[in-house]
Amino acid sequence: MTSSSQDDAAPTSSQTAPPAGPTPPRPKRRRAEPGRAALLAMYREMLLIRRFEEKAGQLYGMGLIAGFCHLYIGQEAVVVGVQSVLEPQDQVITGYRDHGHMLAAGMNARGVMAELTGRSGGYSRGKGGSMHMFSQEKNFYGGHGIVGAQAPIGAGLAFANRYLGTDAVSLTYFGDGASNQGQVYEAFNMASLWKLPVVFVIENNQYAMGTSVARASAETELYKRGLSFEIPGAEVDGMDVLAVRRAAGRAVDRARAGEGPFILEMKTYRYRGHSMSDPAKYRSREEVAEMRDRHDPIDMLKRRLLERGEASEEDLRRIETDVKEIVNDSAEFAQTCPEPDPSELWTDVLAEI
Amino acid sequence: MVIDILMPALSPTMEEGALARWLVAPGDRVRPGDILAEIETDKAVMEVEAVDEGVIETLVTPAGSSGVKVNAVIARLRTDERSGVSAGASAPAAPIRSAPSHPPETAPSSPRPSPPRAAEPIAASVVAGDPAQNRAVRRVTVRDALRDALAEEMRRDPRVFLMGEEVGQYQGAYKVSRGLLEEFGDKRVIDTPITEYGFAGLGVGAAFAGLRPVVEFMTFNFAMQAIDHIINSAAKTRYMSGGQMSCPIVFRGPNGAASRVGAQHSQDFSAWYGHVPGLKVVAPYDAADAKGLLKAAIRDPNPVVFLEHELLYGLEFDVPEGEDVLEPIGKARIRREGRDVTLTAHSRMVRFALEAAERLEQEGISAEVIDLRSLRPLDMDTIVASVAKTSRLVCCEEGWRPFGVGAEIVARVVEEAFDWLDAPPLRVTQKDVPLPYAANLEALSLPGTNDIVTAVRALLHRGDGA
Repeated sequence: MTSSSQDDAAPTSSQTAPPAGPTPPRPKRRRAEPGRAALLAMYREMLLIRRFEEKAGQLYGMGLIAGFCHLYIGQEAVVVGVQSVLEPQDQVITGYRDHGHMLAAGMNARGVMAELTGRSGGYSRGKGGSMHMFSQEKNFYGGHGIVGAQAPIGAGLAFANRYLGTDAVSLTYFGDGASNQGQVYEAFNMASLWKLPVVFVIENNQYAMGTSVARASAETELYKRGLSFEIPGAEVDGMDVLAVRRAAGRAVDRARAGEGPFILEMKTYRYRGHSMSDPAKYRSREEVAEMRDRHDPIDMLKRRLLERGEASEEDLRRIETDVKEIVNDSAEFAQTCPEPDPSELWTDVLAEI
Repeated sequence: MVIDILMPALSPTMEEGALARWLVAPGDRVRPGDILAEIETDKAVMEVEAVDEGVIETLVTPAGSSGVKVNAVIARLRTDERSGVSAGASAPAAPIRSAPSHPPETAPSSPRPSPPRAAEPIAASVVAGDPAQNRAVRRVTVRDALRDALAEEMRRDPRVFLMGEEVGQYQGAYKVSRGLLEEFGDKRVIDTPITEYGFAGLGVGAAFAGLRPVVEFMTFNFAMQAIDHIINSAAKTRYMSGGQMSCPIVFRGPNGAASRVGAQHSQDFSAWYGHVPGLKVVAPYDAADAKGLLKAAIRDPNPVVFLEHELLYGLEFDVPEGEDVLEPIGKARIRREGRDVTLTAHSRMVRFALEAAERLEQEGISAEVIDLRSLRPLDMDTIVASVAKTSRLVCCEEGWRPFGVGAEIVARVVEEAFDWLDAPPLRVTQKDVPLPYAANLEALSLPGTNDIVTAVRALLHRGDGA
């Protein structure tokens, strides 16, 4: 389904950009196809997100997780494929369906799960919740609950990269719903005008809460949404982790080389409702079953690994066992570590001078 | 017949300007639209157009004159009787735009003088305990004090940058950023598109990533488009991240009423931002505080909303020399000591409170004037100590009364200093309507010196006849 990939032929914009930082932009390089180890790592990451989210759904059902909880199940290939081409200095920012991004960025499952249960061991010490977690160490900038807010903030991260002369790239994720927000276009305009090193990743999971893309968008091919800002885009099969990896590699290299922003529209699908309280009556059982049975990102990679002899059933079973252990451990931790101390109510409002 | 050509007002707030040069000489024939002269204020240079056809008879005001009052006769024109164009005996010239000129909300000159206003500058009182008291001072406008603060902090810290609409090439809609582009270049003085929501969010992202953005809103009225990022992204993220994230950013620009610009360009947002935990909110009155508090705001690790006032930009005050003079955020300043009543005010209302205090003194009433300077944190210690002394409180603010700054101060004084009160506290505020355009209605709507004097008299049971 990878189609209309325009990035290879992307025209160089003639706009003048403000002076670049001291570090000269890095030239693009050809990225090798992933070897066995990289493939297994991607498999493991996707499986970790899947199992983690299933466990989160279970804890939600038990009343241990409250409020809003947006599961990433079905979309794992997007974040894992993109993350596989990033470097440690690259930044990631997304909306509220963020658990997968955090795990892919290397944040630990305990800290994420304990935040979901509102415990002191959570990444935000229980004060943020599902939608609001951050990690300076892993360059994960949230976790934003206002639809589309991460687009200008992500452009701001890229602005800082250029200002400081680093070669980091900002990966700014948002959904098909956010792609109709005005501030996204304000961000597109400035990102292109100033040639900021940002890749906008639109995770098009077909439904903005309960409204399908066709019911909400005059232009449903979202990768074209940057055209009037001179931002090239590409549509990508977001269920195929290798297709995601290839497309992300080109877009990230391009941004790192100083050629400005790029839009990747990842055609993906969430199996669960918008949030835990959504029965997803707006789509048919058959539609979901078709995606699960024929396009599941984890199954597809598994088939390939086995068919090509890159992994044995035993290898994959071992990964499954490891992942389950991590997830169970995180769930245990999230239930046993204490709630934040009452004194935490008053801390972290302002930084002390 | 001979008609007078008058010094035009370039803006509703202009009272005088300089006549930089004449482009015509006596004997020249001019037609409507011809450029007659260039005039200057501290904000802009403008060209003066002829309105009538005729021959220049005399140039009354020589080129290079400064301090020329609006509506003063600057030249005389003998009109061509045959054309019959001119019926009036005098006519102001029409200024036209020329770059750099004015922000869009500045109206062209009105055919009659600006509405009568209180005398402009009143000297800031000597302040007890002022850390900068013993320094040499120089007279600086609020506008230039803000510019100096920006320039000094940008020299000090390479992470500090200024972004906003017209801050660079245009030199600032209100000329606050004059000269900064030349000194710091377009990497650090960044003209943005007119997209408040977007560039406020971009600034927040830059702050998350370790920079120190100063985001200018041409006025805070336009920041309503960006308030989501100011509150949801800037103010709340430290808390939501359990203290992990920092957002050291300053959102600044003029706030409150300008002059005759109508309801959408004249709102006071003090109470809006003062409501939000995670923000600091500052609203200085004089040039020294404008400078010292802006420097402190830029160095502060938190998001700071810095509320300026267009009608203060042109006023001059003593400013202590030196780049190390910072004013603490969260401390009020007692502008005038008194025994009988406490007046609280911030931003431009401080001026009216000081004027009111002078008038009340002539009636034997001693008013203490507290310049709040910082709305969040609010310096309740200073307010309570003052109320303990005076037992009476009048809260003055330019914004609307419901849920306002005065509402908060009164509530807290009742909670914390009830036993000292001898009378119910009063509030002097804008009338509870969108700000009207008509001069008389605007004057009725906005609070001023008279309103404060009247409130204090009422509080002390002295009617207007007392």
